[in-house]
Amino acid sequence: MKIAVCIKRVPDTETRITIAPGGQSIVETGVKFILNPYDEFAVEAALQLKQAQGGEVVAISLGPDVVQETLRTALAMGADRAVQLKTDGNPYDTIAVASALAAELQSGGYDLILLGKMAIDDYNHAMAPALGELLGLPAVSAVSKLTIDGGKATAEREVEGGVEVVTFALPAVVSTDKGLNKPRLPTLPGIMAAKKKPMESKAAALGAAQVTVRTLTPPPERPAGRIVGEGAAAVPELVRLLQTEAKVL
Amino acid sequence: MSTDFFNIEGALSEEERAVRDSVRRFVDDRVLPIIGHCYVEGRFPRELIPEMAALGLFGANLPEEYGCAGLNNVSYGLIMQELERGDSGIRSFASVQGALVMYPVYAFGSEAQKRHYLPKMASGEIIGCFGLTEPDYGSNPSGMITTAREQGDGSYLLNGAKMWITNGSTAHAAIIWAKTGTDDTSIRGFIVPTDTKGFSAKDQKGKLSLRASDTSELVLQDVCVPKTALLPGTGGLKSPLMCLTQARYGISWGAIGAAMACYEEALAYSKNRVMFDRPIGGFQLQQLRLADMITEIVKAQLLSLHLGRLKDAGTFTPQQVSMAKRNNVDIATNIAREARRLLGANGILAEYSAMRHMENLESVYTYEGTHDIHTLILGQAVTGLNAFN
Repeated sequence: MKIAVCIKRVPDTETRITIAPGGQSIVETGVKFILNPYDEFAVEAALQLKQAQGGEVVAISLGPDVVQETLRTALAMGADRAVQLKTDGNPYDTIAVASALAAELQSGGYDLILLGKMAIDDYNHAMAPALGELLGLPAVSAVSKLTIDGGKATAEREVEGGVEVVTFALPAVVSTDKGLNKPRLPTLPGIMAAKKKPMESKAAALGAAQVTVRTLTPPPERPAGRIVGEGAAAVPELVRLLQTEAKVL
Repeated sequence: MSTDFFNIEGALSEEERAVRDSVRRFVDDRVLPIIGHCYVEGRFPRELIPEMAALGLFGANLPEEYGCAGLNNVSYGLIMQELERGDSGIRSFASVQGALVMYPVYAFGSEAQKRHYLPKMASGEIIGCFGLTEPDYGSNPSGMITTAREQGDGSYLLNGAKMWITNGSTAHAAIIWAKTGTDDTSIRGFIVPTDTKGFSAKDQKGKLSLRASDTSELVLQDVCVPKTALLPGTGGLKSPLMCLTQARYGISWGAIGAAMACYEEALAYSKNRVMFDRPIGGFQLQQLRLADMITEIVKAQLLSLHLGRLKDAGTFTPQQVSMAKRNNVDIATNIAREARRLLGANGILAEYSAMRHMENLESVYTYEGTHDIHTLILGQAVTGLNAFN
């Protein structure tokens, strides 16, 4: 089975983000970047399928040369080779990026295309459906369980109040959610081996951008906590504030 | 991380950062949630051994051809830093397995010994310990009384006792140092399977430090090992001291990890803990503590990083390692104590890490060359005069 995993380089969740002058991007200096956590589930799923059924796992990422480091993380986890679709900056528009990925995936002869359900930087949730549309393939998003049997696949999706089970034929585009698996850590020998695995770099055939970021603003500062009283006597006031002020009850 | 005040990150290679990050996640996910409890129970978390092995932590700076990761020494140091950010006991386990067991097999072993032992030690199938220190010979190992007498058939008969042996009761194989003659030039190393008749290990009870680590007393009573147990490249006290230099290098990094853990905990606490209507981090006395801590951490980071670069270049000296071990463990011990104090009454709880690190570091201060012995090594290095005896 030949599996493509599309991965993205994103700021670490623990990073304190500052907005760059101009208000349309973040300051990258001093920011730690990681493999998008939802994409880790995709890499792990691909590696488990390969271990069970044989085949090849190809990690693909779009962006400037710094994404090669993210690709090497996937190689260190166990992917066989990597492809960088090279761009100058970090394009934002989903369809523009999806067009470039689709162009690469189209010719790859993949049985399965995996990616995280969203990137933790832009929260767009849009890449899997966009790729499915552009490639004319079934697209199943936010999968928490995946079974592949021959050319058929069954997936579970957690929906409001329950679980939805879907079946589809391969090839397909599947986006991965928490709960699918527990991603492995890159082992130290894996990190060394990654340096010797093939890394291809080619220009990305980006589509035209239709959406641009206008402004980024940080969330408002959270007000300091407040002690409303002590003991049982304070409970009515606490409940009242949780209802009327915090609006969580 | 808040401890990277001098952008040490930028001085590390991508590979070094990747190694550090993997071990950091392992420690965050697997060590930190359980270690306080293990410490109180006085239990080394053996269940982590297979995971540590799978990650490639053991002997990670030894070559790939023997089943090891083949990392450089800076990466190896970063592993030790991250493990000790968890607990000195976890780091000690990896230090012993890598620097005190696998290293002597690699440096002094026959090709057959290397091929047999190293892959199994890297995979955690064989756990080792290092028997040099004796009840009456700690800082003065040349006085050891353990003997290895060659028999007519070429085998050796070992007799003696070893003390303060990390992993002693967990180990499948012990590297035992013994005199084949009368003086310290006759010291040789042996790989002794711990199930050999006459070999026994007993847990040392009542430790108030390194409680999440196995520390044992070994007794060797007419332990007979074949000639093939001898590490052929060993000769004199220099051989075990070479092992200790490897381990002390890792300890210099490990101490930074313990200090980082204490500092980060204290910093976070100082911002959240309100006293006199404001976070205690806003008071000058606590800021002095924090400023001193971060300054000493940065100095230690720079010292160990440069030492690692020298080690990778093959130009480092044991005296430089002594300086780094002595300084970094000393500052970490002080940082742990100051962090404990900053945490107030909470600081005595196992729920926080400062007091556990503080207690652990008292052992680290004393083992692998006491602080005082490293002082004398440095004194001799700069004066040319021996103050040992």
